[in-house]
Amino acid sequence: MFSVFRDLVRYNIEFTIGLILVGIMVVFASMSFFAPMDPSLIYMAIPDQPPSAQYWFGTNSRGQELFWQLSAAFKNSLLFGITVAVLSRIISITVGLAAGYIGGWVDRVLMFVNDIFVAVPIFPILVLFYFVLRNNMDSFTMALILACFGWPFDARLIRSVALGLKHREFTRHAVFAGMSTRKVLLEEHLPYVMPIVFATFMNNMLWSIGMEVTLAVLGFTNINNPTIGTVLYWANSHSAMVVGVWWWIVIPVILIVMTFLGLFLLAVSMNEYIDPRSRLRRMGA
Amino acid sequence: MHSYLWFAGKRLLQLLAVIFFGVSAMFFVTYLSPIDPVEQVLGRLSARSNLSPEAIASTREALTAMFGTDQPMMTQYFNFWTRVLRGDLGASLMAFPTPAMELVMRGMPWTLGLLLTSTFITFVIGNVMGGLAGYFQNNRFFKAFGIVAMGIQPIPYYIVAFIILIIFGFLWPVLPISGGFGMDVRPALTLPFILSVLQHSLLPALSLVLVGLGGWFIGMRALVSNIVTEDYVTYAELAGVKRSTVVGGYVMRNALVPQITALAMVIGGVFSGTIITEQVFNYPGMGSLLVDAVNAGDYSTVLAVCTVSITAVATAIFIVDLLHPLLDPRVRAE
Repeated sequence: MFSVFRDLVRYNIEFTIGLILVGIMVVFASMSFFAPMDPSLIYMAIPDQPPSAQYWFGTNSRGQELFWQLSAAFKNSLLFGITVAVLSRIISITVGLAAGYIGGWVDRVLMFVNDIFVAVPIFPILVLFYFVLRNNMDSFTMALILACFGWPFDARLIRSVALGLKHREFTRHAVFAGMSTRKVLLEEHLPYVMPIVFATFMNNMLWSIGMEVTLAVLGFTNINNPTIGTVLYWANSHSAMVVGVWWWIVIPVILIVMTFLGLFLLAVSMNEYIDPRSRLRRMGA
Repeated sequence: MHSYLWFAGKRLLQLLAVIFFGVSAMFFVTYLSPIDPVEQVLGRLSARSNLSPEAIASTREALTAMFGTDQPMMTQYFNFWTRVLRGDLGASLMAFPTPAMELVMRGMPWTLGLLLTSTFITFVIGNVMGGLAGYFQNNRFFKAFGIVAMGIQPIPYYIVAFIILIIFGFLWPVLPISGGFGMDVRPALTLPFILSVLQHSLLPALSLVLVGLGGWFIGMRALVSNIVTEDYVTYAELAGVKRSTVVGGYVMRNALVPQITALAMVIGGVFSGTIITEQVFNYPGMGSLLVDAVNAGDYSTVLAVCTVSITAVATAIFIVDLLHPLLDPRVRAE
């Protein structure tokens, strides 16, 4: 595991950059655990102060210090992304491995359901959920809903790998040795799909955080919970750019671009690592 | 031909299943919700005028009969489907008594026009540039283009739209940043109106194109750089086939097949993009309608927009899927 990591850092500049960017964001986000005040409180500082030695990122029109506000927002958004990614990974691994290995009608039924989930447009449904739940829509509920929609592409990918593993020698040995289906899937096949799971994990985080931002800037989430999206929502509803509080928009935008680029680069370099051909090309072999 | 019909039939069944499950899910979400459409309407009515308790009671009765909320679940579910199939989802609450479907139909040409053109432009530019970048791997221009396109791609759509708004709204105001057409023209099929519509659609379309470009670029470049190493390409080059024929006819053409499949998936996701576009650029369309309806608590309009968008996206994916085997001989043979 460690040597893989070392090779990636040594030969893959994208991975290194991505790792650094995500690392900075994780450190920044975890600072909110040491925040001197509750990030949901307003009018705790002088409003509309530009960045200075006292207020590193300035303060917004709601009297919040942007540094602590953004730190909490990124913590919440990253945790949200991780929650969605973990939950939907569990579904996609289960469905993908079962469909690929068991085959037959199990495969057909699962893939039929999969096709439906691929084709159902998720955004109107999310809006509908918000419309119906309103004040009960907390971020965990939203994570659950997103996880229900975030698995189908990756399940297909895992299924295609599992289909290949099914006919390999070691699978037959395991079956003849009397291993149960569950054991074959968990102990024999799961390690082979783990690299794919890591790569899709990043992609899924990107997707879910992006969805949250999309919903939040329209005001379709709990807007009092600081997240990347709600920070933008408030900045926009106070017309921050027009009244000249530029740091309220510019600083979050820079941080968001850093986060998304970092996660994206990690996902890309992981994908590349999984494909041995491109790995060889990169190492100059 | 027979196998193609079989394929098309299977896809059609799937389309119907998607619409059926999508719309059913919508019904159950709203059925199980604590929001009662009757109380919603009553709340709006009594907020506007002073109703006597008797009037409220009789209105409630009439509305309950209209929405059928007192009936058992399966009857309501059945009624819901008959209304959906007739294209009638009740009167809009925020523009009472305009039917919600009429509002949707008014917004649809704007959304479809913006969505279809920008998706088409993105597809063409992204694939051509990606294909060329995959073929001419050491060309500086394509490399630079790739870095820019890939850098924009992972950024959330809203941010890109907002940056465009800042640039063209405040720093370099040459294009209209809001609305579907100018205040000085009247909506009619005249040249000034059409020009105004085109002018107003430039920035929203630009934002959609910028965000979508990277995905196509990366996909096409990867596909082409794999195809370039195939024997038949080397063979054609050695045999002295014209460069343009090799790139266009042999390499790009073959790489395009999986990209067409990807088009179906992109269409599915693009709808959420247009909602934000319409909101940011204040563009008339289904997205703005949906946002207004949610904020106004307009029950029937929200349902109508969701039903139409689910049907539209599923149908678009269906059409792309039908085109796929016509391009790919391997699928046709199956």
